[in-house]
Amino acid sequence: MRTAQAVAWKEIQVYFGNPMAYIVGLIFLAVTGFFFVLDLGDPFPEASLSNFYQGATIILILLAPALTMRLLAEEQKLGTIELLLTSPVRDWEVIIGKYLASLVFLLSMIMLTLYYPLLLFIFADPDPGPIYSGYLGLILYGSAALSIGILTSTLTSNQIVAFVVSAGVLLLLFFANTGAGVVGGFWATLVNEVGMNSHFGDFSRGVIDTKHIFYFLSVTAFFLFLSIRALESRRWR
Amino acid sequence: MTTEANDDVMIQASGLTHYYGPQPAIEDVNFKVKRGEILGFLGPNGAGKTTTMRIITGFMPPSQGKVTLGGYDVVEQSLQARRKVGYLPETVPLYTEMAVASYLRYMGTLRGMEPKRIKQRISEVIDVCRLGDYHKTIIGKLSKGFRQRVGIAQAILHEPEVLVMDEPTIGIDPIQVVETRKLIQDLGKQQTVVLSSHILPEVSMICERVLIIHQGRIVAEDTPDNLAQRLQGVDQLQVEVGGPPAEVLPALKRVKGVTEVTHRRQQNREIYSVKVQQGQDLRDEISRAVISNGWSLLNLQQVGMSLEDIFLRLTTQEELG
Repeated sequence: MRTAQAVAWKEIQVYFGNPMAYIVGLIFLAVTGFFFVLDLGDPFPEASLSNFYQGATIILILLAPALTMRLLAEEQKLGTIELLLTSPVRDWEVIIGKYLASLVFLLSMIMLTLYYPLLLFIFADPDPGPIYSGYLGLILYGSAALSIGILTSTLTSNQIVAFVVSAGVLLLLFFANTGAGVVGGFWATLVNEVGMNSHFGDFSRGVIDTKHIFYFLSVTAFFLFLSIRALESRRWR
Repeated sequence: MTTEANDDVMIQASGLTHYYGPQPAIEDVNFKVKRGEILGFLGPNGAGKTTTMRIITGFMPPSQGKVTLGGYDVVEQSLQARRKVGYLPETVPLYTEMAVASYLRYMGTLRGMEPKRIKQRISEVIDVCRLGDYHKTIIGKLSKGFRQRVGIAQAILHEPEVLVMDEPTIGIDPIQVVETRKLIQDLGKQQTVVLSSHILPEVSMICERVLIIHQGRIVAEDTPDNLAQRLQGVDQLQVEVGGPPAEVLPALKRVKGVTEVTHRRQQNREIYSVKVQQGQDLRDEISRAVISNGWSLLNLQQVGMSLEDIFLRLTTQEELG
């Protein structure tokens, strides 16, 4: 575990010492800020964050892959993976360490948006339930998105490929439920259950359902597991 | 794991074969390295040196065969084996955005060293590798020679029992080459060192034993002195003569420039191996000698791909600059 921590700590330092991460953070704040203002722009504004949540989940389709694309692809490109994998480090420690670093950066990005609800609490009287549950959903959704990015970064030494593939997968997963109307019966149920958006909806409405929590946690675990396997298989290629 | 008899064998490789595609990069490579020995892999580029080193260090498993390192199988007991190794890959891959000292601290933690020990060892290796003025410099700003030193520093940081270095002096300037060789020799006093090179004098200078690897196979194994002797050696011709061996043999020996003649009978054919001093073409003289005695010359050919030919493909002189 200490090595996983070391990997995470090193990557966190890279994140915070690198302009790329700040650009990602800036775009995240700009876009979510825009959606937050949409919430307030109505003639009869409602003191809620539902538009903000929708905007945050959509922009994360692009930003989560941007945060993770470097993590393993660059090691493979530069060859530093050769020294990493010949150190007495377990493959899961590498993946978990890198993942934790990206999670820390994502959480700090999300923390910066806390002044939106703060403004609401100061100037209005919002229903606190949806605000708390929405943030919980956003964090769960973000963790799942990052795990997909980790997998694609493990599979290639090309950061652009890692970015495009994980953004594509995330986009498909996110909007999968909208395809439910096209197909019927069993497939509609399946597609609806796989789609991230359908699981996120309840959170932004103030409902915390363990089914949805379980969904996001298993997506995260599944993709992290695949990443570990992919890194292992790298040794055999 | 270690048996009594193998106590001083640090690395044992048996039957290593590795395929990247249909062609094997290395084929049936066997060798042993004793504790405290400095072993050199000598071979032209693309001979399979890097592949062999990547297998020893546990970076990738061999397609076939097995390596044990300090008694641990590098595939089955990879983690224990990797704890014993310090590795300097050929291109010296480093995190260019990190400062030297924090990079070394990171590598130390990955090797499971205690923070106090890391701190102490960093100042030691910075001394040994003469990185003193640069410990706060970002690696990306260092010259090739200094990056090489950082690479060596990380390889010896955790005082590994085995040090594996792939072309440790490639691409650095001559003065640094001399320093680096000296450093490796010093390290070899306590540690087992395996290094690769395509420069013959370098290997002879540093190593106690040399393996010559060519097209994925080990073609010779000896001490540098013995190899040098074999190198001064000779070209070989194979001659088939129709005539009484008792007379042919001395006749061939009389030809000027011939150092040694051996005779063997193979499927009723009289075959002579004729060694001649290197660089001399004696085919003309030998054929004359045979024919003037009234014997028939049935075959005369130079023996293909001898050790000497492989040596010729190696850099036998120091590159300047």
